[in-house]
Amino acid sequence: MKKYFRLRLGSDKISFLIDKKALITSLILLVIVLTIFIFSTSIGEVIISPLNVVKTFFGYGNEMENLFVYSFRLPRIIIALLVGICLAVAGAILQGLIRNPLASPDIIGITGGGSVAVVVFLMLFSNKNNALTVSIEWMPVAAFIGTTIIGLLVYLLSWKNGSSSIRLVLIGIGLSMLTQSLTTLFMIKGPIYQAAQANVWITGTVYASTWEHVRVLLPVVIILLLVSLISVRRVNIQELGDELATGVGSAVQKNRLFLLILSTALTGSAVAFAGAIGFVGLMAPHIARRLVGSSFGALLPVSALIGAILVMVADLIGRTLFSPLEVPAGVFTAAIGAPYFIYLLYKSRNN
Amino acid sequence: MVLKSNQLKIFGLIIGIILLIVLMFGSLILGYTDTSWKLAYEAFTSFDGSNEHIIIQNVRLPRSLIGAVVGACLAVAGALMQALTKNPLASPDVFGISAGAGFFLVIGVSIFYVDSLQAFTWIAFAGAAFTAFVVYFIGSFGREGLTPMKLTLAGAAMAGLFASLTQGLLVVNESALDQVLFWLAGSVQGRKLESLHTILPYVIPALIISMIMAQKINVLTMGEAVAKGLGQRTGFVKILAALIIIVLGGGAVAVAGPISFIGIVIPHFARFLVGHDHRWIIPYSAVLGGALLVIADILARFIIMPEEVPVGVMTALIGTPVFVYIARRGFGQK
Repeated sequence: MKKYFRLRLGSDKISFLIDKKALITSLILLVIVLTIFIFSTSIGEVIISPLNVVKTFFGYGNEMENLFVYSFRLPRIIIALLVGICLAVAGAILQGLIRNPLASPDIIGITGGGSVAVVVFLMLFSNKNNALTVSIEWMPVAAFIGTTIIGLLVYLLSWKNGSSSIRLVLIGIGLSMLTQSLTTLFMIKGPIYQAAQANVWITGTVYASTWEHVRVLLPVVIILLLVSLISVRRVNIQELGDELATGVGSAVQKNRLFLLILSTALTGSAVAFAGAIGFVGLMAPHIARRLVGSSFGALLPVSALIGAILVMVADLIGRTLFSPLEVPAGVFTAAIGAPYFIYLLYKSRNN
Repeated sequence: MVLKSNQLKIFGLIIGIILLIVLMFGSLILGYTDTSWKLAYEAFTSFDGSNEHIIIQNVRLPRSLIGAVVGACLAVAGALMQALTKNPLASPDVFGISAGAGFFLVIGVSIFYVDSLQAFTWIAFAGAAFTAFVVYFIGSFGREGLTPMKLTLAGAAMAGLFASLTQGLLVVNESALDQVLFWLAGSVQGRKLESLHTILPYVIPALIISMIMAQKINVLTMGEAVAKGLGQRTGFVKILAALIIIVLGGGAVAVAGPISFIGIVIPHFARFLVGHDHRWIIPYSAVLGGALLVIADILARFIIMPEEVPVGVMTALIGTPVFVYIARRGFGQK
């Protein structure tokens, strides 16, 4: 059996090499994602059988089922799905970009930049009743600005005759501590009620997601994913290292900047609606790499699906296991992610 | 090294102590409520129960003293950690020790409803010790043992984990949030003198022992093999140093919450002044650490007057550029 098969379209103008293993893995993961999606929709305070959930999707639900599925659960689960995709793809791009398997948007402070921006946004544009005075569509913009500023800062500050991945990670750790302090500062500046709200949000949760959020996030994610897919080659080349990449004719610096912005945009979109859900950007690409290897064309979709699974499961656990308490999804991703991180450190111990 | 001769070093240390005392007095009189030197003096000699006198005695005096002690603890803990791990970025906050102590405290408050200051201190020590142990253990995986990079990453990961878990606990227990949010930001505001009394019996001996064992630390920084060759019981020295770090780091967190960057920045500044001799680095760190925290606390009152910035935020603002500078310079060179 050959490893790849070719796909040619329109008299060979467009052609792809598709990795069979990656295709099969992706399909299996897709089935898992769908299963979790349905399962998650059916569980909650009121349990609706998975069969009825599917029926409801096709418009055959009764009134109560429609209410629970469409008004309460679906927006939240869709946001969890999208956020997982964003974080995982952002992490995959970042790891390829700086060639350090321990880099992830949250460890190097990019997520923290988004948090600061959103807390500032909430502080500036809320009235006394904690209602936003501007459209919520601006929130991802704010988060994006925050993540981009920190992303560029990390990059610029680690620049010293080229950027080394060790410097990048260290400076990222420093800046992420700064962003934590700033976030706390602005939370304290706000009224305590808002602080409680912001606190939930900083840990990372998809609680209280609405269709409005989905409407804003979905197109952004689709566009960014398409851009990421088109950029696959750039990441692959980047991973060869600066010299080799320049040698094969890649505009290394320009690509690096472009990929960094793409990664911060993805992180920003996730942070805007779900807060700082940690460790997904680190874990998902790793698991994906173990499944399908490190060629980016295969890595990207597989990471995305794994990211979606991680966040959806974390949210499902968070809202059911300790019911009626809601535990933010970020707590679970950290609880799995930090030990995983330690395992990675352990594994990379000899190189 | 700026101060080359021993006379200059002694002179510098005296200047440092004078500076610290002046700043502590400054901390008594500067702030939202306008006071003067004379008022501060009278508050202690002829207390008349006026508002100003009460503020000076009950609010500003504790802040000033706590700031000086906590700053000294953090800086000395940082200096010892940097020497012990040969990692220029080592400090109680970067290595997650503050976050660990904080997490244990939040568990204490939100699950076991602890409210005695004595218990707070012991819980913070336990958290600091636990985290230090875990980070050290993780950092020494592998053939080449403890490397600066692995330690930093392990510390950052643990700090991230504890921060998330702390947030998670606070989310499910909002009443604890009010109690601990300000504490979590790192602050010396609103702390009572009693909380200082609780830690002093541990941190003062720890500070004194750290100065006594400075020479042993000097030997240890020459490398384990050399130290053993010179007849040092390196295991004993390391364990003692670790205990001191835990007491100083845990004590500081118990009183003031996780205040970042003092533990990194001050030892570097001390080394810049007096070179690599820990007999000088440790006392200089203690004095300068206290001074930096007191200055940061004074500034914190003015930046967004009439409100206050938590001093941990101030030290982060001051410390980040220094952190970045150190990270850029890289490991391996001193």
